[in-house]
Order: sequence, then structure tokens, then C-alpha cells
Amino acid sequence: METTTPSTELALGLYRRMLLIRGFEDRVQSLFLRGEVYGTTHLYSGQEAVAVGFASVLRDGDRIACTYRGHGHLLAMGSEPEGLLAELLGRETGTNGGRAGSMNVVDPEHGVLGCYGIVGGSIAAATGAALALRGTGAVAVAYFGDGATNQAYFFECLNFAKVLDLPIVFVCENNGYGEYTPTEAVTPGGIVPRAAVFELRTTEIDGQDVLAVRAAAGEVVERVRAGGGPEFVEARTYRFVGHSRSDPGKYRPEGELDRWRERDPLTVASALLRDELGASTEEVERAEADVEAELEKIQAAALAAPFPERVDVPEFND
Amino acid sequence: MTDVVEIGMPKLSDSMEEATVLTWLKQPGDEVKRGEPLVEVETDKATVVYEAETNGVLEEVLVQAGQAAQLGAPIARLRVAGEAQPAASKVAATEQAKNGGVEFRFAVRDALDEELARDERVILFGEDVAVAGGVFAVTPGLYEKYGPARVFDTPISELAMSGAAYGAAISGLRPVLEIMFGDFLALSMDMLINQATKYWFLSGGTQSCPLVIRSVVGAGGRFGAIHSQMPVSWLMGITGLKLVAPSTPADAKGLLKAAIRDENPVLFFEHKRLYGLKGDVNGDVIELGRANVVREGGDVTLISAMKGVHDCLEAAEELAQHGIEAEVVDLRTLRPLDTETLLRSLEKTNRIVVVEEGPLTGGWAGEVLALVTEHGLGDLDDAWRITTANSPIPYSPPLEDAFLPGAQRIVREVRERL
Repeated sequence: METTTPSTELALGLYRRMLLIRGFEDRVQSLFLRGEVYGTTHLYSGQEAVAVGFASVLRDGDRIACTYRGHGHLLAMGSEPEGLLAELLGRETGTNGGRAGSMNVVDPEHGVLGCYGIVGGSIAAATGAALALRGTGAVAVAYFGDGATNQAYFFECLNFAKVLDLPIVFVCENNGYGEYTPTEAVTPGGIVPRAAVFELRTTEIDGQDVLAVRAAAGEVVERVRAGGGPEFVEARTYRFVGHSRSDPGKYRPEGELDRWRERDPLTVASALLRDELGASTEEVERAEADVEAELEKIQAAALAAPFPERVDVPEFND
Repeated sequence: MTDVVEIGMPKLSDSMEEATVLTWLKQPGDEVKRGEPLVEVETDKATVVYEAETNGVLEEVLVQAGQAAQLGAPIARLRVAGEAQPAASKVAATEQAKNGGVEFRFAVRDALDEELARDERVILFGEDVAVAGGVFAVTPGLYEKYGPARVFDTPISELAMSGAAYGAAISGLRPVLEIMFGDFLALSMDMLINQATKYWFLSGGTQSCPLVIRSVVGAGGRFGAIHSQMPVSWLMGITGLKLVAPSTPADAKGLLKAAIRDENPVLFFEHKRLYGLKGDVNGDVIELGRANVVREGGDVTLISAMKGVHDCLEAAEELAQHGIEAEVVDLRTLRPLDTETLLRSLEKTNRIVVVEEGPLTGGWAGEVLALVTEHGLGDLDDAWRITTANSPIPYSPPLEDAFLPGAQRIVREVRERL
């Protein structure tokens, strides 16, 4: 991790990655409305700084597990955006050949064990990966939402990881709502004390500021990598969209979304770039234009890809 | 042959580490007969009279009345003639082999031992499997031999254990997890159904999930409704999960080795009433998915698995006295089912009886009947199931005994219908 201010180039890279995720999710939303993306999907818009900040301190060999709101994590880890979009479109060229869809993508090649459609499942998967990573210098990261802190997986795996001293970071992305229900209505005592009771070191971070996330993640991951045992992070964030595509988010108090929009991770990052890191307006705008052009190409290619013709995986690997 | 063996402090309870000798009922120099009361032992829960396991002469008392000792620690020495078998001590299977074969539990242990030695990606974990050596004494010595990184105890935490097995399996290890009683598999179901068995498919046949869950199953041990179940029918419908159900020590060893080497998630059932069964074990790996015709006959085919195979064999002997020759097929693997062997036997006998320890409705016996009906209807004169009732398992010994399908019920039904 940097002990000094990060370079403009590095910050521009993080900004670009967040732009990619936001632009990707915007396109998924509109492709939905056109009937090209099926079933349901859960967008990451608003939370980009968490995935991008954390991914920026991970290395080859590290493993993450994320939730059904996983597009952002996949893209942050380096999954091919064209393959991911094709997957959502149900195409042959998708990351998993159209077998997985939005909620269940696996991409171990890029360190992503999988996206887990059962709340809390990512916690268990990453715990197991950490078991396999003991003594290797690599770490596992479990991403999950505030809602998962009411699941048995949360309590059992934090305990398990502590008892076995596993190299894992538990990252709770608290976006304020479990589906349609406000977190505080169903989470007495708050989240951090739940992790602290297992004697995990805990860190609370501003999940809207990618450089703050990166700095905190760097410290946490470094300690875990060095064998310091499991740690817990609560990243306070917000989703700018509903829980899933059928949710307009009407349960939000008036003005709440607007207040969070002021802390849009993209706005926060571009202001930082210009005001503190000396990036020119031209550089920032060029990043935006580049990502937009890339996404345009990706979308055209993904839409042109063929649908798969049959399931070609036998029941067993014999 | 004369030999001196040590008698160990009996392992009376899983929850304690030592016990106290109250009274020696035999004195040094006394002759001891197998089954005779030998020593009275006190635990924190109860007082128990421990009986001699072999004939011999009590040579020396090592732990005097009033003294305590660790469970398994030597408390006396016995001079035995002929068949020597140390009681309640950790004996190697090779020593057991001198005495009528290897116990089922040690066959399982030996398979684990050999696979741990063969492949360093193999790890073994679960509740009390390491330091304590397993509550059914299946895994003694492995922790000492392979160390805490590869053989370790876990919290009582089935969701975390199952999740950890899954996550480790997709990250390069080959975990073997013990879920102590099969009934507790209910807590592992999310990982099995929603994750472990999906990975191979979702990854397009590029990523395996090679994990084994060993679990103790079955009734007859007076464990009641929630520690005696046969969870096969819960698991039978999970695509991508192999179900292995051995009936003999040799099969237990050979099939467990195959299960650990298999690239798929495998559930390995150990019937609690088979742990003490002895048999010859040669150590060969036995391919999953192959049934075994364990008795040939031309009049009726009895199909079963685990303890049920022994019931069928016993029934077949009795049926033979009535002029009925039964063929007995040991399925060994319940998923995938060996349809070929079943149809070959059906061709020969035209009558199929499936003996399943498990509730009638939704059981694997129904699946077997469906398969033979679909593929062998022309050969089929009669087919039925002998299972347990659609009822929880009762505790009281006479009730539990009556609940289980046994040799007598098989004999009766076959004689009635043939």
C-alpha cells in the first residue's frame, strides 16, 4: 500500500474501472427493458468503490466470493466485460456459456470463486478457500450484504475462521437495505459488534470513496496476508437502484437517494482527481469517453453472439 | 500361541477424557472368560461394569481401585491363549487382520490413512475427528500421523464445515469432511444442493468439486428418531452428487479410496451397525457405480445396500432351506445406480425385491423399481419394496427392532409371494 498520496495514474485507473462497472450496469438495465436480459438481476450501481478499491490491493492467487449482486466484483477482478454481458444475454460466448446467468457466474480464472445466490453463501465459500490458502501468502475475501449478517453462515464462518486462524477478510457491504427492509429494522446491535464478539479485528470504512477503500483494504489485506488471522470490514455504501429489476425502491424515505447521490463514488473520485491529484479535465473526460466507446463495442459484440444450442456438460466429471 | 495384551480403559463416553476404576472384580492370577465382568469403572455420568473381551489370565493390574486413567490407557495386562485381541486400545488394522479380518471402522480409517499419505491435497476434518480420534473411534492416529494442518477438529458448526469443504474443494484441496450423524446432513444441504453440485456444471465442465462427506447413518443403535435416520432419500434427487453405501470392510476401504479420488462431490455412508463387522480387506480401489452380486440364485433377486445386504444374505440362507434360491445384489453405490447389473439379474430371476432401510415413500427402492420397470418390463413377473414404515424411528428396543426390515420379514414376504 501507498504511504503517500496515490499517483494520478493509479487513481485514474480506479476511476476508469468504476466507470466501466457503472456503464455496464446502465446497459444491463436498458437491455432488460428491451427483453434481452432474462429473469432477474441485481445491479451494483452506487457501490463500485468497494469492489474496485479492494480488488486493487489483491494479487494473483487471491480468491474472492461475492453475492448475486456480483457484476461489479467480477469486473473489478478483471473478468472480461464482453463475456459477462454475453452471459447475461444467455449467449454461447458468455463467461459460463449461458449456463449461469446474472446471479451464478463463476470465474476462477480471475480469482472469483463465484457469485452466490443464497444470502450468506459467499461467506462459506470464501472460508473454504481460505482453508486451502493457509500458509500460501494468498488471502480470501468474502463479500456480502448487511442482510447476510442475520444468516447462520455469518456467525458460523466467522467463528470457524477465527478458531482455525484463516487468511480471510470478511467484507460486509452495508447498503442500508436487505431487499426492501431497512437494515436497522432487522439488525439489533448493529453489524460490527457481531464480528467483534468473535475477536476479529474490525474496520469501518466509507464505501463511497475508492481511495479510502483502497487505503483501508491495503492495511487489512496486508495484515491478513502476513498471517494475522481473519479480519472484518464494514463498508458503508448505498445502491442507487432497487434490490432487483422489479423493485422501484419506493420504501426509501424522500431525499435519501438524493443525499447519497451527492456521494456518488464516481463524483467523489472525479473531484479528487481534479482537485487533489492534479488530473486535467481533459484526462477525466477522456477516461469517460474511452470507457463509453469500449462498452459500445462490447454490447454490439455480445448481442451478435449466438445462443447456445444444448447443455454439453455431463452430470458427473468421470 | 500365548501372548500378553493390555486392557485399555474403556471408551465409554465421547464427552470425557478419563475414568476411575472403582473395583476390580478379578484379581491377578484369576482366570478370565470372555464376557465375564472384569472391572467396575466410574465416569462422571454413570458406573459401568466392563466385561472381558477375551479368555485368559489376569496378569497384572496397572490402575488400582480408586485411581483414574485416560480413556484408552492401559489399566491391566492379560495373558491370553490363542486369539489375542487387546480391548479398547488403538490397534492397527494389520493386527486386527490376524483375528478374523479387519473391522469395518478400521477399513475406513486405513482408506483415509492411505489417501492422506498418497495425496497431500487430501485433508480430513470434522467434529472430534482429530485429537479424540472420532466419536465412533474411526479416525484414531491420523491426527498424530499427519498433523493439525491436514487432520483437524472443528467447532460444532455444520454450515461452516460444509461451506469450508466446498470452498476448499474448488480451491485445490480434496477435503474429507465427517458429519457425525447423517441426521445432521440436513444442515449441510444448502452447500450440497446449491453450491457443491453446481460447480462442475456452471464452469462448463472445467472446474471440479472433489469433496467427500462421510457420515454415520442408520437405525438399530437405540439412538432415537433424530440420530438414526437414513438420509439417502433426501439426497437421491441431487444431480451431481454420488452416494456410496458400503456393506463390508473391503468395500468400505475400496469405495472410500475411490470416493476421495473422485472429481465429484461424494456422500459416503457408514452404517453404525456395521462398524464392528470384520472381513478380509485387500486394499484395492473399487470403482464407484458398480453393484456386486454377492450371492447367486435363480428364483428371486434381493437388492439392498449397507446393513440390508446382510439381512438379505441371512434371508437367502433361510429361503434356500425352503427351496427358494435368492440372488443377492449389493448396490454399493446408490447414485449412480448400476442398472446393467440389476437388469442382468432380473433376466435370470424375473422377480425383484428391494430392501431399503428408509421410509417407503420417496425412497431409493422406488427408483430401482422404476429403472427395472422401464428397462426390463418384459422380464418382470413381480416386484416390490421392503422398507421401513412412513414413520419416525422409535427408540425403545422392541419397537426399533420391529421397525427395521430384517431377514425374517424378507423370508416371510418372499415365501408369501413366490
